[in-house]
Amino acid sequence: MIITTTWYLVLAAALFSIGVSGVLIRRNALVMFMSIELMLNSVNLTFVAVSKDLGLVEGQVAALFVMVVAAAEVTVGLAIIVAVFRRKASANIDELAELKG
Amino acid sequence: MGELIVFVIFATVALASAVAMVSARNPVYSAIGLLGAMFSIAILYVLLDAHFVAAVQVIVYAGAVMTLFLFVIMLIGVDNPDAYGPAVPAQKVMTWVVSVGLFAAIVLAGRAAWVTGSDAFGTPDLNGTIEKVSDELFGTWTVVFLSTVMLLTIAAVGTIALAYFGTEVADEEATL
Amino acid sequence: MTELLWLLVALPLAGALVNVLFGKKIGEPIAGWIAFGLVVIPWAIALGPTIGFLTGSAVPETIYLFSWIPIVGADVAILWDPLSALLTMIVTGVGALIHLYSIGYMHGDERYARFFAYLNLFIASMLILVLASNYAVMFIGWELVGLSSYLLISFWFTKPSAAAAGKKAFVVNRIGDWGFLVALMIIFASFGTFDFGVIFVSAPSVLTVGTATAITLLLFLGATGKSAQIPLYIWLPDAMEGPTPVSALIHAATMVTAGVFMMARSAVLFELAPVSGAVVATVGGATALLAAVIAVTQMDIKKVLAYSTISQLGYMVMGIGVGAYTAGVFHLTTHAFFKALLFLGAGSVIHGMANQQDMRKMGGLRKFMPITFVTMTVGWLAISGIFPFSGFWSKDEVLAAVFQRGGLWLILWFVGIVAALLTAFYMTRLYVLTFYGEPRWDADVNPKESSWTMTAPLVVLALAATVFGAFNTPARLAFEHFLAPSFALIGESETLSLSLLITLAAFTMLVAIGGIIWSWRTYAGDELPAEDSSFWRRGLDGFGVDDFYGKYIVAPGRTMSQWFSDTADPKGIDGVSHGIAGGVRSAGEGLKTLQSGQVRSYAGGIAVAGVLLIVALVVFGGGF
Repeated sequence: MIITTTWYLVLAAALFSIGVSGVLIRRNALVMFMSIELMLNSVNLTFVAVSKDLGLVEGQVAALFVMVVAAAEVTVGLAIIVAVFRRKASANIDELAELKG
Repeated sequence: MGELIVFVIFATVALASAVAMVSARNPVYSAIGLLGAMFSIAILYVLLDAHFVAAVQVIVYAGAVMTLFLFVIMLIGVDNPDAYGPAVPAQKVMTWVVSVGLFAAIVLAGRAAWVTGSDAFGTPDLNGTIEKVSDELFGTWTVVFLSTVMLLTIAAVGTIALAYFGTEVADEEATL
Repeated sequence: MTELLWLLVALPLAGALVNVLFGKKIGEPIAGWIAFGLVVIPWAIALGPTIGFLTGSAVPETIYLFSWIPIVGADVAILWDPLSALLTMIVTGVGALIHLYSIGYMHGDERYARFFAYLNLFIASMLILVLASNYAVMFIGWELVGLSSYLLISFWFTKPSAAAAGKKAFVVNRIGDWGFLVALMIIFASFGTFDFGVIFVSAPSVLTVGTATAITLLLFLGATGKSAQIPLYIWLPDAMEGPTPVSALIHAATMVTAGVFMMARSAVLFELAPVSGAVVATVGGATALLAAVIAVTQMDIKKVLAYSTISQLGYMVMGIGVGAYTAGVFHLTTHAFFKALLFLGAGSVIHGMANQQDMRKMGGLRKFMPITFVTMTVGWLAISGIFPFSGFWSKDEVLAAVFQRGGLWLILWFVGIVAALLTAFYMTRLYVLTFYGEPRWDADVNPKESSWTMTAPLVVLALAATVFGAFNTPARLAFEHFLAPSFALIGESETLSLSLLITLAAFTMLVAIGGIIWSWRTYAGDELPAEDSSFWRRGLDGFGVDDFYGKYIVAPGRTMSQWFSDTADPKGIDGVSHGIAGGVRSAGEGLKTLQSGQVRSYAGGIAVAGVLLIVALVVFGGGF
């Protein structure tokens, strides 16, 4: 069997769904964050797979940018979680409902 | 043929790690699961001839981001601390097998290239080389690239600010 | 010289602006002199071209200024023909004299400069009306004149009656303006433009008799508002609350003549609708008679003159109605002089009598205010129609024109004769009660002659009232020739034989003399007649016309607006807006439950939406 691009895309979709389920299921803020990272990774995989398929290099450039932004986001996000934890001593995301309307 | 085998193996590893990440009780186990997923994805990148992206994936994601995650997990503490000890029986044996096997595989696989030059694996797809990527990155996408530079700087400054304000050090300095 | 004619409007407007902005700093009397100057200069500018018309060397022209609403043919242009020239001279000439008079009369008033600003604004507005070359610009002038009148009537607005009088004038005028506007709409629908030149040339071929009748009747409705005819004359007696110069300028000489002027201008349209002419003349005659009767009963010197104005306007309107346009305009001119003279003289009397306006408290003033006395005598004789003063000539020309129509018009002629009798009667009554007999005023009143700024205009006006009649004797008809170019589109009317004219004139004058003698004998005796029968009491009240309007028009209107403000507005309109607000609020309350603050439910929402979007894209976008 030849590995076509479709295989990679299916794998990426599967990883993405797992990531979504992680975001919805877990209560720990850190694990939620990690699930988001997984989603970003799956998107990166899609980019690179399609870039190989089309013969362009822009897909890989896009993947690089996603990585950069993800890194920045992780930094700031974790800093926020730490700051919140300092106040509430809990990483349970259900307790952070102060924006309730 | 080889490609198929590698793909199947590491796709399975990626999926399994992802599931582990989502379902593990201990956040540290989740982090390890994510790490495994990231390594697998890096290998899949290699399969797709995106060598530079694969390298960056390992360095940035697996190296920096996951380290950061682990640090924070340890800082914040785990929800339900379990007993620390080998949970899987024969863990030590498995570790030895994996490490030695990995070393052997790498030596055997790379031996062809180390001896005869990189042509042994066929000509790589030029599209994934670092030259090509950097041409695009610093050529067409310069502005975006510089914006990401700014973004990283801002993120770093923001993080320091978040970490700094609210500590006793900050309160002391404010009252000075 | 005609290129400078735009200054006629610009200068008084500038004066108004200056006095509004800097009046307090300029102070009296300079503010007054500035205003006076800015009316004299337009008079001088207009003098040359007017004389050109007089000698026959000038022709009517339209001076284009700028384009305003091209789509309706409304450009801002000056129509300079003998009619507008005549009115311009009247407005600026009499206006300048009244400005001069006001410098002395308004001395000490705390809003001195504002008064002159309003006066200048009025002059500018009246000139806009008079010089307009199309109905749209004329309407602008019409409205502005109404505004100036309102501002000036209620100048002493802290007095409730003055404020109410200003409001009444404006509202009643509005009813007339409605008529004017509807007429304008029909004109535009028929002609597609407002320009006089186009309309008057093409009217005979474009308009049916019915349309022309509709237009002219509606125009006349507008004229009844401005020129105080039945049924819209009720504002003029109340307008006497304004300072006397205002009464002289606006409510005697100029603004009230705007209706007559407008009808004279629209002569072509009136010629096409004989029915309107009959209506106009009848209303004019009726007004002349009714107002004269009421004037007999009044005690306030200014109210007598106000009703007298209404009555004389009836004469002018009657002249217009029978198609004697030049006769009507001639009476307008002479009336401007002698009525302004009478009002200013009355103002001089009031001023000298420390603001006393009740004639029962006057008497024997001829010894104390000689100049006023002499000039008022001229005015009295002029309005009564005594040879050779100007009123004689103009009133007789109107009455002759009515007589000439023959048949049923003779009734109107007779009405005019009776009104002339009553005019002589009440004017003599005013004259005698004020200047003759024994003094009847309170001990602390000290009447003396007024300053030169007030008496000089009186003298000038007296001269004009004496001399101007010579302009249009049947032998010379210089006035008709002067105005001929303005009425070129109307056919010549046949003139009566000279002997018949002389007979009619002599008859009218005899009637007037009879009225004078009757009045003199009644009022010049030692004791004043009691004047307390029901006729006198009801007449004093204007025969209840105001009350009638109040009961049947104002009261229902007030009830309706009360209902709107108490019921329709709070429940209906506020209900709708509150209902909308309430609806939005409850919607918000409902949607509030979506904001649980739970991050995971938000994420879940995003995920669900994403799935739905993908499904939608696939199903409607073309499938796998």
